[in-house]
Amino acid sequence: MGKILSLMKTPRGIYNTILVLLCLSMPFLAPAIEQDFYRDVMLRAMIFAIATISLNLIMGYGGMISFGHAVYLGVGGYAVGILSYHGIESGWIQWSVGIIGSGLLALLFGAICLRTKGVYFIMITLAFAQMIYFLSVSIEKYGSDDGLNIDTRSNFGIEAFDLNDPMTMYYTAFVLLMACLYFSHRIVNSRFGMVIRGSMSNDDRMGSIGYPTYPYKLAAFVIAGMMAGLSGILSANFESFVSPDMMFWTTSGEMIFMAVLGGLGTIFGPLGGTMIFLILSEMLSNITEAWHLIFGPFLIVVVLFARGGVEGIIGKFEKRND
Amino acid sequence: MDYALLAEQFFNGFQLGIILFLVAAGLTLVFGIMDLVNLAHGTLYMFGAFFAATFSMVTGSMFLGMLFALPVTLVAGMLMEWSLLRTLYQRNHLDQVQVTFGLIIFFNELFLIAWGPEGAAIQLPDYLQGTTPLFGDVVVPDYRLVIITSGLLVALGLYFLVSKTRIGMLIRAGASNREMVAALGVNIKMLYTVVFGLGAALAGFAGMIITPITQAESGMGEGILILAFVVIVIGGIGSIRGAFIAAIITGLIDTLGRSFIDVAMLAVMDTEGAETAGPAISSMLIYIIMAVVLAVKPQGLFPPKGA
Repeated sequence: MGKILSLMKTPRGIYNTILVLLCLSMPFLAPAIEQDFYRDVMLRAMIFAIATISLNLIMGYGGMISFGHAVYLGVGGYAVGILSYHGIESGWIQWSVGIIGSGLLALLFGAICLRTKGVYFIMITLAFAQMIYFLSVSIEKYGSDDGLNIDTRSNFGIEAFDLNDPMTMYYTAFVLLMACLYFSHRIVNSRFGMVIRGSMSNDDRMGSIGYPTYPYKLAAFVIAGMMAGLSGILSANFESFVSPDMMFWTTSGEMIFMAVLGGLGTIFGPLGGTMIFLILSEMLSNITEAWHLIFGPFLIVVVLFARGGVEGIIGKFEKRND
Repeated sequence: MDYALLAEQFFNGFQLGIILFLVAAGLTLVFGIMDLVNLAHGTLYMFGAFFAATFSMVTGSMFLGMLFALPVTLVAGMLMEWSLLRTLYQRNHLDQVQVTFGLIIFFNELFLIAWGPEGAAIQLPDYLQGTTPLFGDVVVPDYRLVIITSGLLVALGLYFLVSKTRIGMLIRAGASNREMVAALGVNIKMLYTVVFGLGAALAGFAGMIITPITQAESGMGEGILILAFVVIVIGGIGSIRGAFIAAIITGLIDTLGRSFIDVAMLAVMDTEGAETAGPAISSMLIYIIMAVVLAVKPQGLFPPKGA
């Protein structure tokens, strides 16, 4: 506890605490300021943040720029959607199929993509994600372009735990988000995480000191895929709907930007980035329908001038204080 | 097997291959020489389409419209390089990907507002609306032949430009060793702007010649961009020859796959299964081929020398 309190003394620590407190209190805060829909915005942000955290794990700590990470959202989502379409509503089955399925796909894609480096990796992850996108569009049975409605949320057969209850849904996502944050913190600071981070700064040197980095990177890629699959599962449950759009390449691009906006290679960065992105786009789209006209240049300015994202900016402030 | 259909689909596939080559050639040049990942290359394709459609409407002639649109697209591309993308050469690929992603978002919205969701079309002149009989009962639309011929001519011109002229020599030298070219006193900034403009003009040309068949609409560039990625990954990044061969292969396989896979599937499964699996497999076909090529040759079929 003392350790946590001392963390809160730094500007970044305070910022991160505010992020978590906002997530925790939004179901009560939103009605208090009579903006009930902010609870849904925050829930959506928390769910998406799980995917952004997973992308940050491989991109921010491992240098693997995956431009197709949204595909695992789709796998998780469609696992829920397709199983529920066939009448299998058990959460135990849906969730395990979703997570294992996205892990297996990540294993397959990762095994091929990680043979390449740099720009090849970016293009191939993008191309493979588009392949699955077109696959989902081509299957008419599961709705093609129109997507698939999900009649009922995952049923875990526990009376007290019913995802149809909004509060249960919200706090399930919250608890899983916290678990993913903690998990990524543990991974990054483990020996395994050191190998991944080492291979980002110098892959050849890691190889020559005796680490075959390929299997380590592949393992990280699979973990990230499964985590993003979890995010897709939650999203399908919350929206009661899945569609190919959730794995369209622009979703992957936005996911990269959210991680960068919040601060690549930091634990809380992706959470902050996702929250800022989704709240900002919500506000902008209320002002004008053509909000992309503002958003595109905003993205460019952030990338060109705000290095290190929000965490980086607050971090600079930190040093000045010391 | 229906030979007329086969021949028709073959021409369609060849035409897609030509369009893919025009887009991929610029992409692979810009990447090979400037080490720039330009996602907004598809945006230049869209530029060409919209500019040609608008100029055709103003002048009342498709040919004049394209003639005006080509230099405008070239200048637009050079402006894009000069004003923004130039600052990205020193940045990493992640920054490049994001900034050019931002450009896509901006221009797609801008064009959507300016031309509306229905986009713009080019009216094909009467003298190009006929068909040409080839052999037997196989006929090809005239305009399709125009696309293929003009694409091949441009490919040939590009080959001469790169292999026989002074600017081509600089391009080749730049692709194999940028620092050395700069050290020899070549105005490398100028060369980069010219190469980018050339790539923009190629992509714009592809966009404008396809518009009479399809249509100019916001977001049209991204589908072709991702296919062009597949092409240059198969062909080997930085190699124009590789891009040409890979583009034709990709165009043919994608088009023929879409029309004949379900027929082939009928041989091994029942009608219902084939109707489900056919579209699914044919939509994944080129990506599977890309995966196979990468598994065998991670650098692509024609890795550029010295890279």
